[in-house]
Amino acid sequence: MDSFRSKIIPVTTLLAGIVVLWYVFAVILNAPFQRDLDARSGQTPGTMEFIGKTLSQPKPTMPAPHQVAQNVFENTFLRSVTSNRSLVYNAWVTLSSTLLGFAFGTALGILIAVGIVHVTTLDRSLMPWIIASQTIPILAVAPMIIVVLAAVGITGLIPKALISTYLSFFPVAVGMVKGLRSPELMHLDLMHTYNASRAQTFWKLRVPASVPFLFTSMKVAVAASLVGAIVGELPTGAVAGIGAKLLAGAYYSQTVDIWAALVAGSVVAALLVMAVGIAGRLVDRAMGGRPA
Amino acid sequence: MTRFKPSWQAMLAIVLCLAAVILGAMSKPEAAAAAAYPYLGTKGLIIGLAVATALVSAIRIQPVVEALVLFVGAHLVAWLLISGIAGFEGTALAPYFLLLAAAWLLGWRCVAVLSGLRPAADWAKAALRLVIPAIFGAWILIIWEAVTRGAGIPFILLPPPSAIGARFVNSLPVLGADVRQTIFKAVLIGYIVGNLAGFITAILADRVPFLRRGLLPIGNMVSALPIIGVAPIMVMWFGFDWPSKAAVVIIMTFFPMLVNTVAGLAASGHMERDLMRTYASGYWQTLIKLRLPAAAPFIFNALKINSTLALIGAIVAEFFGTPVVGMGFRISTEVGRMNIDMVWAEIAVAALAGSVFYGVVALVERAVTFWHPSVRGG
Repeated sequence: MDSFRSKIIPVTTLLAGIVVLWYVFAVILNAPFQRDLDARSGQTPGTMEFIGKTLSQPKPTMPAPHQVAQNVFENTFLRSVTSNRSLVYNAWVTLSSTLLGFAFGTALGILIAVGIVHVTTLDRSLMPWIIASQTIPILAVAPMIIVVLAAVGITGLIPKALISTYLSFFPVAVGMVKGLRSPELMHLDLMHTYNASRAQTFWKLRVPASVPFLFTSMKVAVAASLVGAIVGELPTGAVAGIGAKLLAGAYYSQTVDIWAALVAGSVVAALLVMAVGIAGRLVDRAMGGRPA
Repeated sequence: MTRFKPSWQAMLAIVLCLAAVILGAMSKPEAAAAAAYPYLGTKGLIIGLAVATALVSAIRIQPVVEALVLFVGAHLVAWLLISGIAGFEGTALAPYFLLLAAAWLLGWRCVAVLSGLRPAADWAKAALRLVIPAIFGAWILIIWEAVTRGAGIPFILLPPPSAIGARFVNSLPVLGADVRQTIFKAVLIGYIVGNLAGFITAILADRVPFLRRGLLPIGNMVSALPIIGVAPIMVMWFGFDWPSKAAVVIIMTFFPMLVNTVAGLAASGHMERDLMRTYASGYWQTLIKLRLPAAAPFIFNALKINSTLALIGAIVAEFFGTPVVGMGFRISTEVGRMNIDMVWAEIAVAALAGSVFYGVVALVERAVTFWHPSVRGG
């Protein structure tokens, strides 16, 4: 109950405040255009009627929350899942490349971390470059990767997944290096007194110690790889996916569609992060971890 | 104590050189017309040099000398290989790649020897910290250059670094204009405004506990969302020029700053806060003299994260519409025109700008948080 009083009430109050603010902004931002329309058709609506009109424009500057909610609902539940206007279909397209890229990125990150922890040469030469690699705005390279791979004949899932891979390997690599190095000297000494080989120390001490670090960094990585997949859909004029919906909405000024796509992306992101969190807790429990 | 301590890299390099000798010609023209090939002597020189370097490194000598020999040998071999293939791009045969691999192994051995050094002097340590990654980076470029030219990879797929460098130097005015538009207008203004807004909101949230408890979970959730998606909306609202990009940057940098600052303001210990209370200092005095300095590492962490996010935000927002200048604009149009070397030059600029930006923030951090254990411990 304590967490309910100290967290849920403030959060819901703030969220309600945001919705109210959103409505206010929608009225203010849509008002000039509505005034224009009314002036042209010679109408002089009352204040309440005017506000009602600003909130129901077909292509508003700022769509009202209920318009977005309605659009999301229609495109999620009322359309067949195979229709290319369905948000479920588009979210699935993006999700599949996100997951593929996330899997690649996690595997690559773990591999790099294992290499860095065990080979001094790699530690001293590779680590600075890994950090430097993230100061490069890789999303800027995304269009080129996709166009170039398309020229070689690789299209579809893989190019988008590669961008996700690049974005997601970094948090995993850094987190795993920290995790694999987290066993204390005492524990390492204990393994030494057992005459444990390097492999045994790795599997029985380092790997279990790194699991919490792995899942924490995987949460960051999965969010990053979703961003990678969405941006990967932008430059090629992809036909399906959340990024393609954003781009199509931007071309045809379908603001409600853009916002609906954003909501869909956010829902997918929240679900992914939650899924990783649950997986982490399950693994923790299976390994005999107790809540601290 | 034996005179030899062969490393596996050096031995493998010698084996590769022998294989190269047995396989014969290094490129097709060499195989076709041995007499017409101007670099006939080069191959023997390359192999001899590689083998000699490998053998010297196997003798028990001073590690510094060994590293120096390996450094000179490996890079000389690479240089001879690359200059030997000039004019004969795309004609390389197996021995060319074997020798490249041998040179790379020698380079690796050099890095391994250098990483094993434990110099006492501080300047030597600092130099090593720079030299080791620099050699690694140089070898990425060398292999890239040698493979793209040796195997004749089509220019539109992956241009060699030398071509990118040439393009970079030739189109400095265009690149400069793009940097002015994207970085000095969109990124810097958005970065400053976004960080200030996040910081001020965090102070407000700190004043009102109710606000803090509500904002933190929301801020944490928002930072997992693909915020970059607001780019088309901002372009619609604020037009094609830089204000729309600055707006995207503001939104992207706001939440990391907010979350980190709130976490940082909670970082000062009870003891110190009690001390401030015994001094009868007010809220603002405690904030400025104790809690903000204690929060500095967190704030700088947000500034570092944001330096990358700001660049990404501005460049991606330009994909949705810009005036005919800007890094994102240049990248998307030059990709369409298949001027891949120009795209790579732009990426090099972006990478450089990103690293400089990050580096400046990191330097300011070292100067400001000189008292923090992570800086003091060096």
